[in-house]
Amino acid sequence: MHRRVLPGFGISLGYAVSYLGLIVLLPLAALAWKASGIGGEGLLRLLSSPRTLAALKLSFGGALLAALINAFIGLLVAWALVRYRFPGRRLFDALIDLPFALPTAVAGIALTALYAPNGWLGRWLVPLGIQVAYAPLGVLLAMVFVGFPFVVRTLQPVLQSLDRDVEEAAESLGASRWQTFARVILPVLVPTLLTGFALALARAVGEYGSVIFIAGNIPMRSEIAPLLIVQKLEAFDYAGAAALGVVMLSFSFLLLILISLLQRWSNRWEERAA
Amino acid sequence: MNTMTAQRQAGWTRRMGHGVIVVLASAFLGLFLLLPLAAVFVEAFRQGVQAYVASIGQPEALTAIRLTLLVAVIAVPLNLVFGVAAAWAMTRFAFRGKALLGAFIDLPFSVSPVISGLVYVLLFGAQGWFGPWLSGHGVKIIFAVPGLVLATIFITLPFVARELIPLMQAQGSEEEEAARVLGANGWQMFFRVTLPNIRWALLYGVLLCNARAMGEFGAVSVVSGHIRGLTTTMPLEVEMRYNEYDYVGAFAIASLLAMLALVTLAVKTFLEWRYSDEIAAHAPGGH
Amino acid sequence: MKKRTVLLAIVGTLMAASAMAKDVTLLNASYDPTRELYKDVNQAFAAQWKAQHGDTVTIQMSHGGSGKQARSVVDGLPADVVTLALAYDVDAVADHGLLAKDWQKRLPDNASPYTSTIVFLVRKGNPKGIKDWPDLLKPGVKVITPNPKTSGGARWNFLAAWGYALKQPGGNEVKARAFVRDLYRQVPVLDTGARGATNTFAQRGIGDVLLAWENEALLSQRELGKDGFQIVLPSISILAEPPVAIVDKNVDQHGTREVADAYLKFLYSPQGQELEAKHFYRPRSAEVARKYAAQFPKVNTFTIDELGGWRQAQAKFFADGAIFDQIGPGN
Repeated sequence: MHRRVLPGFGISLGYAVSYLGLIVLLPLAALAWKASGIGGEGLLRLLSSPRTLAALKLSFGGALLAALINAFIGLLVAWALVRYRFPGRRLFDALIDLPFALPTAVAGIALTALYAPNGWLGRWLVPLGIQVAYAPLGVLLAMVFVGFPFVVRTLQPVLQSLDRDVEEAAESLGASRWQTFARVILPVLVPTLLTGFALALARAVGEYGSVIFIAGNIPMRSEIAPLLIVQKLEAFDYAGAAALGVVMLSFSFLLLILISLLQRWSNRWEERAA
Repeated sequence: MNTMTAQRQAGWTRRMGHGVIVVLASAFLGLFLLLPLAAVFVEAFRQGVQAYVASIGQPEALTAIRLTLLVAVIAVPLNLVFGVAAAWAMTRFAFRGKALLGAFIDLPFSVSPVISGLVYVLLFGAQGWFGPWLSGHGVKIIFAVPGLVLATIFITLPFVARELIPLMQAQGSEEEEAARVLGANGWQMFFRVTLPNIRWALLYGVLLCNARAMGEFGAVSVVSGHIRGLTTTMPLEVEMRYNEYDYVGAFAIASLLAMLALVTLAVKTFLEWRYSDEIAAHAPGGH
Repeated sequence: MKKRTVLLAIVGTLMAASAMAKDVTLLNASYDPTRELYKDVNQAFAAQWKAQHGDTVTIQMSHGGSGKQARSVVDGLPADVVTLALAYDVDAVADHGLLAKDWQKRLPDNASPYTSTIVFLVRKGNPKGIKDWPDLLKPGVKVITPNPKTSGGARWNFLAAWGYALKQPGGNEVKARAFVRDLYRQVPVLDTGARGATNTFAQRGIGDVLLAWENEALLSQRELGKDGFQIVLPSISILAEPPVAIVDKNVDQHGTREVADAYLKFLYSPQGQELEAKHFYRPRSAEVARKYAAQFPKVNTFTIDELGGWRQAQAKFFADGAIFDQIGPGN
């Protein structure tokens, strides 16, 4: 229906698809081809190893938890940045991108330095029995850190373009602040929040550089899946590394599709409600 | 009950709410972003300003900075164009396979950086699909600048599109359709209607894309070959110096990357000032 | 458009650089702890080459984990020479046909101009009273060593411990296995590389003892403060032989065989040996060794050949599902 009015369908889609094909799909095809080298039996052996499973569990479990934390805190932060004026707002707003600009290795080193038993924060936390560095909690911390900008930066433009009239109308009709948020604002934000969640999740699943500094990397406890990939590469086992990469990729891809279905469903729900 | 008291009470709870949210957000940001940033700068200046300046002035550092900028200057605009095209197709037209396209756009995010460098090695490395042909023709991709650019494009590909799609979806296409009906041609519509509407999201997308492009370590490390002064970007230079026990040098270069955040601040402030009239006219609704 | 201009500029620069006659460039792909050493060696060699031939030789360095460097060369990193942490990694390059399989016989002393060994770095005053390998298993002692699957140095660490246990009276493979299993239970952090482990131990204050290359231990003492740490020599350790080799395929392509050969031979020369000793590597030359005797106390060492050589050791201990995986948790 839109096709008649708006121009550029062919060129924009064609360009997007060929760019994606060259930059993303072709290389990933090479990866899948390499991974097929280990065969069905090899894949089974890989996936039945308790160590692989523990690492996958840590990477995906940690990433899910980190994305949840990010969705919650990200919403809070984005809200504060867009809606309120407070001292330091601009500085904080600029700092949001820091986890991206800081090389992951630096983030890992800086976080470890802070939370190690002799660090600024670690020296207070460790005596309380809270061990962050060199423990699974450190993995979570690094994952929250690397995924943080996604939620805030996807929410910000939408919050900015949100009509305040609707809110005011709701409130003048006697809705409480909380009701307005839950019934009027949140439904509009849900698709975007889901996008941010999905991106933070995907980013955290594959994260390597920052995590290895803070994790401790003890097998079965704090060893993430990308580290297993690196170990396979070090043993010149390209096929095994590629296979584990494909396994991780398929999992995340499934999660992303699931989230985008959820998004469509919530979009539809919202449209129906409106 | 008179409405005055009720309103005053509502106003008070609202202010309380504001306060709590602001305090929580500031505390989190302070602890989570400001503290690591402070740690970077404290380490960088541990031996004074002179040591800081000296370690940034080293020729290897300067080539690393130049290389990082070069890679970003190539990768970011390419992904910008892609992002706008993809978002336009995704939000303005109905077509088969749209959900799949959306998932493919996100795909690079779900690839571990360890793998995203490796895939190009599998393609262009000496043992890869095109490696022998390329080396036969004297073309170098892996362990040279093109490899760094490719890996960076891969890592940062989704940013702009991801930022634009939800916004353009939310905005709908009525204004653009109206422009067309009123006789604007495609480019006029794009530059007068679409672009102003997506300006902020586009800016965020580009800033994120750029930050990530400059800060990427894992994927770039695989395709770089770590030849000092030739194929080392700033993040790689940081790692190298850290491994040489040159902590001041490592954190000095890291602090430069951290200062990208300040560039973000500057750009945003400038744009807000430049377009303050329009913003005032549009804000907060944007319609 | 922009991209093309930039690419053209790059290609142009590369072509211009290769067209300049007499100026030779070598690329040395090395592992992490040799950074300081080769900075000095490269300078000294370039000066010598200039004096003898009048040509300027520039040596570019690439450093990284030994295994990663080997992989990069296999994947096309145009290194003229490799100077890695262990022979297995050079073997891997040879397996892909980039250099002759008998590379280790082409230079003296198993193609390792310098050696090192595995020692303990402990905190000042040795508060846990660590003197030898069994002390590492005492309750409450935390040991820092990198992961042998990702670090060449860590493999030497593992093998040193294994060899110690094997060589005890009544020692056998079963006991050695139990010994290394118990040892790795004392490890709270497995870093991916040797330098990472040193940083964890020295900067973050984690652990009571760091298993390290002797050269790394001496260097970190110098770099990070002599009063912080002291070195303990175990009763027996492994003779670590980091090998060097010319990458035949690359030097033939670049026409750099002559320089590359001279470069590696320089490592065996008195001047080279002196530099290596200065950077805490044990020199092969008896004369230089005598001069630095105070720095390198005598250690009782065994070689990798006693464990069947690197190929066998790699398959037996460090391959997927091999002994290191078996002694770890989850198996």
